[in-house]
Parts: sequence; C-alpha cells; structure tokens
Amino acid sequence: MGTLHTLTLAQTLHKLAEKEITLADLYRDIDTQVDVFNTKLNVYLTRNEQALSQAQERACLPLCGIPLAIKDNFLTKGIRTTASSKVLDTFIPPYESTVTSRLQQAGAVIYGKTNMDAWAHGSSTETSDYGPTKNPRNPEYLPGGSSGGSAAALAENMCIAAMGSETAGSIRQPSAWCGTVGLKPTYGRVSRAGVVAMGSSLDSPGPMGKTVEDTTILFDAIAGHDKYDGTTSTQHPPKLYNALKKGVRGMRIGIAYIDHADIKGTPAAHSIEQAAKVFESLGARVEHVPLSSTLKNNTMLTPDYAIGVYTVVQRGEVSSNLGRYDGIRYGNPRSCFGDEAKRRIMLGTFTLSKGYADKYYIKAQQVRNLYFKNYAQLFSSYDILISPTSPGFALKLGATKDNPMFGELEDMLVEPSSLSGLPGISVPCGHDSKTNLYLGLNIISSHWNEEKVTRAAYAFEQHTSWNSWIGDHT
Amino acid sequence: MPSGCFMLFLLESTADMPDITPSIIQHVASLAHIPLTPAEEKLFAQGFTTTMKVVDQLNSVDVQHIEPLHQVTGLWNVLRDDEVDASRMFTQEQVCMNAHQSHNGYIVVEQILDQK
Amino acid sequence: MSTSSRTPIIGMEIHVELKTRSKMFCGCKNDPFHAPKPNIYTCPVCLGMPGGLPVANKKAVEWTITLGLALGCTIARLSKFDRKHYFYPDLSKGYQISQYDQPLCEHGVVHTEFGDIRIRRVHLEEDTGKLQHTTVDGKKVSLIDFNRCGVPLVEIVTEPDIHSSEQAKAYAKKIQQIVRTLDISDADMEKGSMRLEANISLADDPTVLPNYKVEAKNINSFRFLEQAIVFETERQTEILDDGNIPTQETRGWSETKHATIAQRTKEDAEDYRYFPDPDLPPLKFDDAYIELLRNNLPELPEALQARYESLGITSAFATLLSSPEYDSNIVDEALHLGKKNGVEANNIASVIINKKIDTSKTSAKEIVRITTEMYTKDIVDGTEIASAVHVVIQEQPKAVGDYKSGKQQVIGFLLGMVMKKIGKKIDTKIVQEMLMKVLQ
Repeated sequence: MGTLHTLTLAQTLHKLAEKEITLADLYRDIDTQVDVFNTKLNVYLTRNEQALSQAQERACLPLCGIPLAIKDNFLTKGIRTTASSKVLDTFIPPYESTVTSRLQQAGAVIYGKTNMDAWAHGSSTETSDYGPTKNPRNPEYLPGGSSGGSAAALAENMCIAAMGSETAGSIRQPSAWCGTVGLKPTYGRVSRAGVVAMGSSLDSPGPMGKTVEDTTILFDAIAGHDKYDGTTSTQHPPKLYNALKKGVRGMRIGIAYIDHADIKGTPAAHSIEQAAKVFESLGARVEHVPLSSTLKNNTMLTPDYAIGVYTVVQRGEVSSNLGRYDGIRYGNPRSCFGDEAKRRIMLGTFTLSKGYADKYYIKAQQVRNLYFKNYAQLFSSYDILISPTSPGFALKLGATKDNPMFGELEDMLVEPSSLSGLPGISVPCGHDSKTNLYLGLNIISSHWNEEKVTRAAYAFEQHTSWNSWIGDHT
Repeated sequence: MPSGCFMLFLLESTADMPDITPSIIQHVASLAHIPLTPAEEKLFAQGFTTTMKVVDQLNSVDVQHIEPLHQVTGLWNVLRDDEVDASRMFTQEQVCMNAHQSHNGYIVVEQILDQK
Repeated sequence: MSTSSRTPIIGMEIHVELKTRSKMFCGCKNDPFHAPKPNIYTCPVCLGMPGGLPVANKKAVEWTITLGLALGCTIARLSKFDRKHYFYPDLSKGYQISQYDQPLCEHGVVHTEFGDIRIRRVHLEEDTGKLQHTTVDGKKVSLIDFNRCGVPLVEIVTEPDIHSSEQAKAYAKKIQQIVRTLDISDADMEKGSMRLEANISLADDPTVLPNYKVEAKNINSFRFLEQAIVFETERQTEILDDGNIPTQETRGWSETKHATIAQRTKEDAEDYRYFPDPDLPPLKFDDAYIELLRNNLPELPEALQARYESLGITSAFATLLSSPEYDSNIVDEALHLGKKNGVEANNIASVIINKKIDTSKTSAKEIVRITTEMYTKDIVDGTEIASAVHVVIQEQPKAVGDYKSGKQQVIGFLLGMVMKKIGKKIDTKIVQEMLMKVLQ
C-alpha cells in the first residue's frame, strides 16, 4: 500500500509541484485508507464522487487539487450537508459557503464531509445523529468535538488537511484529543457565510491540519473580509505562512489556569509547565499569571463564570438560529431534532424569555464583558497566553451520556477567550504511551494576532517531538 | 473533566433559582415549537435543573457599571449599497428543490387556521 | 342605549414598504408586486437557508431617517437591529429582524386639521413572505411566496392621540402624502406597500387611558379605516354600556361583512424574546450626517401649501397642488414665469388642476401659455355670474352640504361647476367671492 496519505499538506504541495507524485496516486492512497477505516471510525458522512476529476482540473492552481476533509456544517453546493442532524438528512445545498468556495478557487477539493456533534452542540462528537466518531489514536475513546470528524480524519490520514469551526473549543479540543493541530482565528477573521450557524457572536470557521504550517497555508487561502458576512473585518489578514519562522525571542508569555483547582497537579498542568520551559529556552520571557475570582489587573479572571456565560449566550443564539428549521422550505420537521439539540433550544428559549432575559441573558453578556476587559488588560503585558486546551486526555466512548452540561464544562478553559473573540491554536504537547492519547497546548493572543499564535506554535512544534508527522515517527 | 471543587461550588449556589417544573418545560417547548412527550418533559426538566444550577452562579458576579457585550468585533455601520446582486439569487427550481412540498413554484404547507 | 360621552382613543401603526432596488438585508430584487412568478427573488438570506447572513441596506436606513426627520422626530445617535422571534410559515428564519429598544426615530408629530398626533417611533424592519390559502389535491393548504420576504418595511407608530375616524383618515392620508413626496415608497394600499392598523378603545375620561385595546387589521383603504373605526366604536360602546370590558384581541376588517371579525386569539401572549442581532453590527450617526439628510429633505406638503397660499392661491387649490403627483419644480417655474408676464398664480393653479395637467410631460412655458389663453377675459355681467351660482347651488346639494359641514376643499368643485355654467373666460376670483357670499 502507498503512503501518500501520510503526507502533510506542505509536503504534498511540494511533491505535486515537483511532479514527484501524481494526484491519481495521492487520491488512490487516500481512498484506500478511507475504505479501510471509515466504517470503523465513522469519520466521513458523505464522500464527493467527483473528487479526483475535480482535483485534476485544479492541478495548476496554488492548492494543486489537494483533498480536504470538510466539517459537515459548511454548505457545499450539490453535496449533501447535514450538520450531523437527521433534520438535514437529505439536504442538498443550492449554494456554497464562502470558505469552501475560496478553498476550491485556490485549487483544493472537498474530499468528503466529516461527522460532528449535531449542530456543533458538544465536545465529543457523541451527539451526532449518525453515531460518534472514534478517536483513531485509540478507538475506545472519543475524538472530542464538535469538529471530531475532521480531527479524526487528520489523525488517521484520511485527508491531507481539514476544516472545522469553533464556538468555544470545537476546533482546538478535538485537535488536542486527536494529537493534531487546530487554529481558531479571531472572530470576524473568516467568513461565516454558508456555515450552519450555532452561536452567531462566537462561531469561527478555522483550519485543522497535521502541522502548524499546514493550518497557516489554509488560513491564508480563506481569511479576510466577505461582503456576505457583515461581521468580518475589512482589515487585511496577515500572511501566516510567511511569518512562521519568526520565532519567540523576546515574546512575553503568560501561563494561565494551571493553578485552577481542577487542573493543578494534573498531567495537563505538567505538560504546560514543560512547554513553558521550552519557550524560555527559545528566548521568550515566561511567567505565571495568577487566578482571581474578581477582575483585577495582571490576573486571570477565573474561568468558572465563563461556563455560565457561555451556556446562556450560546444556547440563546442557538435557540434563535435553529428557528428556521421548520421542515417547510427544506429539511425534516422539528421532531427530528436529537435530544441535545432540543435541550439547547429550550434552555436558550428559556433564558431569553419574558421575565428571565434580564436576569440571565443580559447578565451573561455583562459578565462576558468582564472577560473581554480582562484580556484587554492582560494583552498589554503579554504577547500570548498558554494553557491546557482541555483539562485532560480524551474520555472513553459513552462518557457524555446523561450529562447535560458535558460540552460546556469540558471547554471551560477556552470559553473565556472564545467569548472575547480571541484567536487561539492547539498543538500536541503530551502523550500517554499506554493509551496512545494526547494532550494539547492552547496558545491565545489578542484580536487579530493570529501571527503571534502560529509563530509560537510553530517554534514549539519544531523544538519538541509531540507531533507525529514531524521528525522520526513510525 | 472538572470535578471536585467546582462541582461543590455549583451545589452551593442554588439560591434564587426558578423551580423547573414540567409545566415550565411545556411552556418553553411550546414557545420553541419543540414537540415533547410527557416522559420527555420530565427528563428535560431534570436536565434543565442541572444546567440552571450552573447558570445561577452568575448571580454572585458583580457587574455594576459593566455594559452587556453584544459585539466583540468593534465594528459599526456595516452597510451595503442598494444594488441588486443577481449572482446569489435562486431560481424557482432551486427554491423548491429541497422543499417538503411545492406546487406551481409555491412552497406548500398545511393550512393554519389562526391568522397572524 | 349608546351614550356619546365616551372618547375614542386610537393609536395607529402604519407599515410602509420602501421602494429600494434591493431587499433590506440581501441583494435580492425588491419588486414583489410585479414579480411574474412566485419565489424568483430569493437567496440564502431571505429564504432563511442555513448559513444565510444579513447585511443592512444603506439606502433603507437613510430613507427611514429621512422619514423620521420629515415627521419631526429625534434621530437616534446609536441604533441597532434586534431579532423578534415567532413561528409562522411566511417568516423564513423563525425570527423577523426588526428594532426593539433603539429605533432609528422617536418623538415626532404630524399635524392634521383635527389636531396634532404625536409619533412615538419610526423603525425599520423586514417584510415577511406572502401566504395564499387554497386547496391542492383536495387538501387545504397554504402556498408561500418568498418574493416579498426581506423587503424593507418602515413602521410608524403613533401615541393614542387620534379621537375620530376623520382624524385617523386625515393622519393616514398625511403619512401617504409625505412618504410619496419623499419618494421612498409608492404607499399604495391596494398593492400592499402601505398597510394600516388601528388600536381602538373608548374612554370615559379622555385623559385616562382605558385598560384594554382592540387591534383592527386588514384595512387596505382610507374608507375601510373610517368604517372599521366607526364599527368598532359602536361595538365597544354596546359592550361598555352593558357594564363589560371589550376583550383585548385582534380583529380583522371584513369588506364583505362590513365589520371587524375576531381572529383566533393565542393562549399565550406573544413572547418575542428580543435580543440584539449578533450578525448586524450596531449603527451610529453623527450630527453632520443627520444635518446632511435634513438639508436634502424636499419641500414637504405642509410647507409647500403654505407657500402657495402666500402667492394668492386659494387654500383649496393649494392643498391639491401640494400633493406629490405634481412636480413642484415645474409648478414653481410656471408660477414664476406667470408672475413675470402678469398671469395670476391662482389662475395657473386652477388650470393645472382643472385641466389635469401632467407636470412630468408639460413644460412651465406651456402651462403659462394655456393659462393666458384661458383667461383672456370675456366681459361678463354680475347678474350672469349670480344666476350661474344659484343654479349650481341648487344642482349640487350634496357638495353644498359638505362645504357647509366643514369640507373646505369642496369649494374648488363648486367653482368649477359655476365656471362651466358660465362658459366664458372670466376671473375666477370674482366668481369665487360671489359663490362664497351666497353660501354663507
């Protein structure tokens, strides 16, 4: 069997350009891999029959026809899009999302649509109406979510690169659990037009890859203003790929959350302490940022409140955004919503309803502002902040059952920055050889500073051996 | 997965929480057009309670003089010129393509008795 | 037995469809009335597809502010759009994008001959699709056309300052006139580009708001507006006389039954769960922008009328001439040219109105020429005028009655009839003086 499916995006582009490999061979190896693993891991819900022929038409474009795994909440014209919900079981979009349109115009191909938590409601991919995806590193475990299918596709080399989306953790957490890389851009950096809306003030489509470099290549192809999304910035996005090697010398780095009661002394905390040492050795200035239960200069506001804020704001926006699914113009009736969707729609409706909106929704948006102000102050002293992406390793299949708050509790460490719209990346930073599971390092910065985030991630990745595609790995 | 101290904190902060009865669930489900069986109503009431316990910890946060934050982009006045954009308009076929039922270019729905 | 001591307390809501080229939040064509087929002017946004995102129409915002200025409103310096949630098949997103607590315009006033009416607010929102009830394959269905979904809609809400059906009609006509003068809408009730709703109740003490109100909808003409108010006043009087309070409800006007009919009331009061639309960044306006829009306001009907009257044009003619169907630039040019050549302003006005001159096709020069020709005076005896006046008064009892009951503008009609009777070219002023003297 060929091994072209194990190439990174950068390697594939190079080899195609140098004519060392052909698209036919590449797709053959990917197809074979998918045929072997898809049923077992439940990664792709839909595969594009025209993938190879489209690739060959796009061979001369910058992205050379490479196959991408696209999370199934991006509308792809003519290709079934379900958001992993039975409500959209047979939905064929009549239009294309801006992101997948830009990717294809740059020469990429939609290889298939990946499984996710239904409507992106979750951090495990277990709420999918089509069954959970399994973590390729250890199939008894969950891949994380909601972009679990895309992370798993990468981990098992069932694609060359992937797209996901994040509301709070949905790119970074499955990347952490699957030992891959996931970049959540600043909210407003990448267009949401044509992406099934979950939390409108939070949703950030973003690239997922085998390496940091790979995510920057995709970012450069998709970032920037879109006239069809009024919340995108008109600022010219940075060219991340070109800035990768700038390093971290002189960067001021803050360590966050490892003194939180639930994180202290855990393998996750330890992995961040180790990461801090790596950054120091590379010339950065690293210091610990203490937690505080109130808004105070040079401290991290405890993430505990962010859970409540995120729950109310996200579910409120979800209840509103899912109102359009009435089974009339498209899709199946509302009775086809899964339990998690029903829960979230109802909770959101409740906290927006008469008599409760001021107490819950407005209050949540005020507390949200506390986090926003906290970061504004902290980023005057720091370039980036690092923390664990997730409190721990991946959990076993079935762990989320009967837990109506699983997602929000799991994503506690990324909710504050997501609520503030900040950019962040997760890269592998720990590994348990017994379970073969990974830990993720979360790096965030202030608005529009994706460059600082990817530079630091790249430096870390290149100077450690956690990434299974870099250096000597079998 | 957060446990220990955080969960303890949750259990302590249940003051002032609305009693989540199946009838609240019924009302909310009706507002949200979510069909539920009586068994589901009971189940969701339990889940709601757990979630509201988490949400209620916000009560203890002091937000005096803090404005609600609805927008994180800092954008203002994003306005479009008044031009027709034919590139994005659907044909009648595209509109009806995914509809549950269509008829002579109209989308069809069962007649509703009450008027708006 | 009905008592007439109760005062009608009426507030009105008027919706006006703006005639922008494109819809409110997307680039679809805004022309639902003339669309040759259903569902041909839609896109991911207005059809409520997954992933559709709204982007606001600049012109619609400008025109709403302009309307607010014309109505004497304060313009918000900060404004935003909010989502208003409810389920209905013609509402493609399950929510309507509207404005809740920061409307574009507030606190204006409209003058009518029956008294001032305060404008509470003017806000901007999007229209819904259209439902048609019919039977298909033996089943009762509704057919939905989304061509209209997303069209910009301005909502004008008054305080409950209206106290009669005549006042309501005068108010609605004024709004129509202003909107047409600003050229932001056709405001055609038959085509649905202007829609009237009235909230009606009766108060024993006009300074104390009643504790109920009845919403009357489906009113698509001024005549029906008057009739609906009269009907409701009578209906509510009966209920109140019996010692009961009329049910707070929505009632639709039925043309065929000449009555308002109760529509099915919902068990829950509507809970729209308003919150600011996260897809639409907020709006802010500075003084310079507002002043620019204010300076660009055309001369509004009231100001135009006053100016015409100051030139010696009768108020009856001035009212007619200040309607937007006459191009005020041409009229002004004709009046100016007339003055230079000794042709009286009122004669020019009379010619334009009575000869039904189309000011979009006729030049000022031509108008003055016609007037000059018409008013080359014949010698006419005073008695000839008097007898013509008396004959007309006898022949037109209804018009005379209307004039005497306060409808001042009927004088124009009577004058025209007298002039016709005389059949000669004489100064209308003389005739009008005679006519009014006799009518007193």
